[in-house]
Amino acid sequence: MTSDAPPLVQPRRAAPAPRPVPTRQLVRRKLLVFACFLVTGITLLPIVMMVLVAFQSDAESMAAQPSFWPSTWHWENIGRTFDLVPLGRYLLNTVFFAGGTALLETVTAALAAYAFARLNFPGRNAIFGVYLATLMIPAQVTLIPQFIIVAKMHGVDTWPGMILPHAFTALGVFLLRQFFLGIPRDYEEAARLDGANRWQVFLRVIVPLAVPAIATLFVFKFISQWNNLLWPLVISNSDATRTASVGLQVFQDTNGTQWNLLLMAATLTTIPLIVLFFLTQRWFVRGITMSGLGGR
Amino acid sequence: MAVETPIATSGSPPGRPRRRGRPSRFGSETFAAWLFLTPSFVGFLIFTAGPVVAAGVISLLHWNLFSPPTFAGLSNYTRLGPDPTFWSALGNTAYFTLVSVPLTMVVSLALALLLNHGLRRMAIFRSLLLLPYATITVAVAFVWIWLYIPHDGLMNSVLGLVGIDGPAWLISDTWAMPSLILMSVWKSFGFGMVIFLAGLQAIPQQLYEAAKVDGTSAWGSFRNVTLPLLSPSMFFVIVTSVIGSFQVFDQALVMTNGGPGSSTTTLVMYIYQSGFQNYEQGYAAAQSLVLFAFIALITGIQFLFQRRLVHYDI
Repeated sequence: MTSDAPPLVQPRRAAPAPRPVPTRQLVRRKLLVFACFLVTGITLLPIVMMVLVAFQSDAESMAAQPSFWPSTWHWENIGRTFDLVPLGRYLLNTVFFAGGTALLETVTAALAAYAFARLNFPGRNAIFGVYLATLMIPAQVTLIPQFIIVAKMHGVDTWPGMILPHAFTALGVFLLRQFFLGIPRDYEEAARLDGANRWQVFLRVIVPLAVPAIATLFVFKFISQWNNLLWPLVISNSDATRTASVGLQVFQDTNGTQWNLLLMAATLTTIPLIVLFFLTQRWFVRGITMSGLGGR
Repeated sequence: MAVETPIATSGSPPGRPRRRGRPSRFGSETFAAWLFLTPSFVGFLIFTAGPVVAAGVISLLHWNLFSPPTFAGLSNYTRLGPDPTFWSALGNTAYFTLVSVPLTMVVSLALALLLNHGLRRMAIFRSLLLLPYATITVAVAFVWIWLYIPHDGLMNSVLGLVGIDGPAWLISDTWAMPSLILMSVWKSFGFGMVIFLAGLQAIPQQLYEAAKVDGTSAWGSFRNVTLPLLSPSMFFVIVTSVIGSFQVFDQALVMTNGGPGSSTTTLVMYIYQSGFQNYEQGYAAAQSLVLFAFIALITGIQFLFQRRLVHYDI
């Protein structure tokens, strides 16, 4: 394997272009900004509608002619939603599920990636090859055996049963290995010279330098697990472990389509993810670029 | 902080530089490597590699999870041939993939190009345009059901303003799949957009300046500079979106539950129905392996094309 990983230190942003601004360019710039506003507005419309309808009265949200703006804002819809379904419990469960898998995956992937990137051992390339091959296998192939394994271990509807099967994917190992390969060996050599053992090198040199990549993997994994419907749907069958995605399903069955409350539940389920996303999206975007997914 | 060292490096206590950074003895490095690798490797064996092998075995069984399995030979596979639901699920999956992937590519690329003009505050637009990608599929699927309500739903009300009598969307045989596709493109274009932005920003500006000096038109420099240099990103986005769209599940389950009829039953939905609603694990496993074969085949074909169409060097 050659180390064609991206350089360690990325420029924060492309150098600002020199700006001599002729009028034609000004007009063009205005048009571009207008286009951006237009496209963004259309794109966000469904999300905005979700929030607006969530605050409408029962009658208004189910009227034949839908209205955009709530005629009065029904803040009590928030409380009513929590009364109808144990949404707080579901959200907490989702945090456990997504956070648990993301944390476990990040830790184990970082350890394994260090072994693959920096240490020599017999069979290394063969094992890494097997890891890579499984990247192409759709989740549905492993779904049924995973379910059976978990069922045999009496893990149905338990936290280990929810979390463990999704916490050891090849993708995390692959991403972090790519990044570790780009960290100059000199740093490690220097630490070794100072008498650090491998564990100390890993913890004090590699991990601190790889924080953006590790954080990206964590966020990636957290978002995809927050979104995961299939596995919780299959493995969880009580409110003790039910996640929000599955909970919304139950909501639809038991309450018909009371749109304002359903969309309020949907909004409340989405908000934590959007907050996390906004807090971390700089990392997220940089991480995608750095891990070589950007193409080069 | 006392860091306990599980990795003995043959008598060099921390703090005393004796080994001059040379690689340690063979045995000790292998041991260290396995200490680092084991947590991931054990989980990987139990929950990824093992299940793949097990799927192969289960596909040869009749098994409803509750009574002991019986050997089925290849009957789970031969059963696929005359099963009309399987073929329509395959057809629906192909339909979904063939329309949604190119559409997602075009939308992602167009928006990446729009955002790549180095304007200040572009980061805000980029974040906002990424929002659909960061929302929960199940949650926004409900909004889309609401938008798609026939007659007076928002979608048809807007179409009504321009004099178009909108279809019944999700409850129409013909329109259910396009409705799903539209929602899915909306949900997923953000990912491609970010990848394309990363790719666009890696293209050296000098190439555009050189093209300008040569008197190349805007379209010409797009065709001859942007497209070839973006081809690795495109390849990555195509491969991942094809794999993703072959596995479409969440929005189909929520928005149509496979209907009307079986017009939006995708392969993964059929696998789910076979395994967890009809309790035919063997049949579901056989289907999942056929799905894997399709994905492997298509990915393989894409890699073949990649040799001719993707340029890695500048």
